[in-house]
Amino acid sequence: MLGSILHRASGVALYAGAAVVTVWLTCLAAGPACYAGFLAIMSSPLGLLVWAGLSAAAFYHLAAGVRHLVWDLGHGLTPRSASALATWSIVFAVVATAAFWAWLFISGRVAL
Amino acid sequence: MVQLTLPKNSTLTKGKRWAAPEGSDPSRLKVFRVYRYDPENGANPRWDEYEVDTSKFGPMVLDALIYIKNTVDPTLTFRRSCREGICGSCAMNIGGRNTLACTHGWAEFGGTGKALAISPLPHMPVVKDLVPDLSLFYAQYDSIEPWLKTNTPEPDKEWLQSPVQREKLDGLYECILCACCSTSCPSYWWNQEKYLGPAALLQSYRWLADSRDEATGERLDAVEDPFKLYRCHTIMNCAQVCPKGLNPAKAIAETKKMLAARAG
Repeated sequence: MLGSILHRASGVALYAGAAVVTVWLTCLAAGPACYAGFLAIMSSPLGLLVWAGLSAAAFYHLAAGVRHLVWDLGHGLTPRSASALATWSIVFAVVATAAFWAWLFISGRVAL
Repeated sequence: MVQLTLPKNSTLTKGKRWAAPEGSDPSRLKVFRVYRYDPENGANPRWDEYEVDTSKFGPMVLDALIYIKNTVDPTLTFRRSCREGICGSCAMNIGGRNTLACTHGWAEFGGTGKALAISPLPHMPVVKDLVPDLSLFYAQYDSIEPWLKTNTPEPDKEWLQSPVQREKLDGLYECILCACCSTSCPSYWWNQEKYLGPAALLQSYRWLADSRDEATGERLDAVEDPFKLYRCHTIMNCAQVCPKGLNPAKAIAETKKMLAARAG
């Protein structure tokens, strides 16, 4: 049940994330001042935390979607394997988010 | 529709505590917290606590309930019949999990000294105490037309079925319609007036999988609906709680596969 409700929660978070990206693009079109303002907010520690949450939601939603593909093919439907798939989806989301942010920091794309 | 809080008249209140008789061995006492609701007095439901001596009754949760009804409080109301997991009458929520009171020992939910909460199957109208109203649940079972449908002339003897064809019904025919699965399903909680729920859908697939049944197309048409079938989001609570170890989620997935195959 946790796997399912997280799938929904991450989907809702990504809806909000889409709005953030829309604001980003709008500022890009609106000119340098607006864009600089957006960057100032969204590259602050709090802004980075929002991005981190959105990337975790995206990775989890991706894994949970693949889980549904497996089920739609008729596999992994015993209670045990379904729970295992849920656990692996969460593990994937945590590991992928950590790896993604480690790469961002190490390559100098973001900094605190 | 989604209702996240209980209506005012359903909010639980603190009930009565029935203490064990003086001189009982404290190491053998166990508290059963039981949901009580009486439609006749207009009062809100309440948690009554029965402190009982576990040496006085058998090992099952149902033994404890029968003991309480016989010796402590005769007003306690619950359904029970076969006491061996085949009738499905004593399905209730025990220690937070839908299951049968007759096939689970009270010691499985923490031994003596630990309180055990027992409430009716969730998200159903309550008739009294631990008795839910299953009218809708039965109507949904009825709606899948749970009988053999054929067009070909009836054979002289029985409708033949090979052992391999018969094996397809294993894991389906054992369902006792106790409603543990449907009432554990969040989708069924939110949309039970439109979504058939795991039990009725498992029963539906039992006839879809039957080699003798000739109404497969008609049956698939009947469930091909955004709500009746497709409110199943593979949450898997049904398979987790089924006291008979069946897997309604798998049956639903097979039904979806049949529909996908038919669509080509």
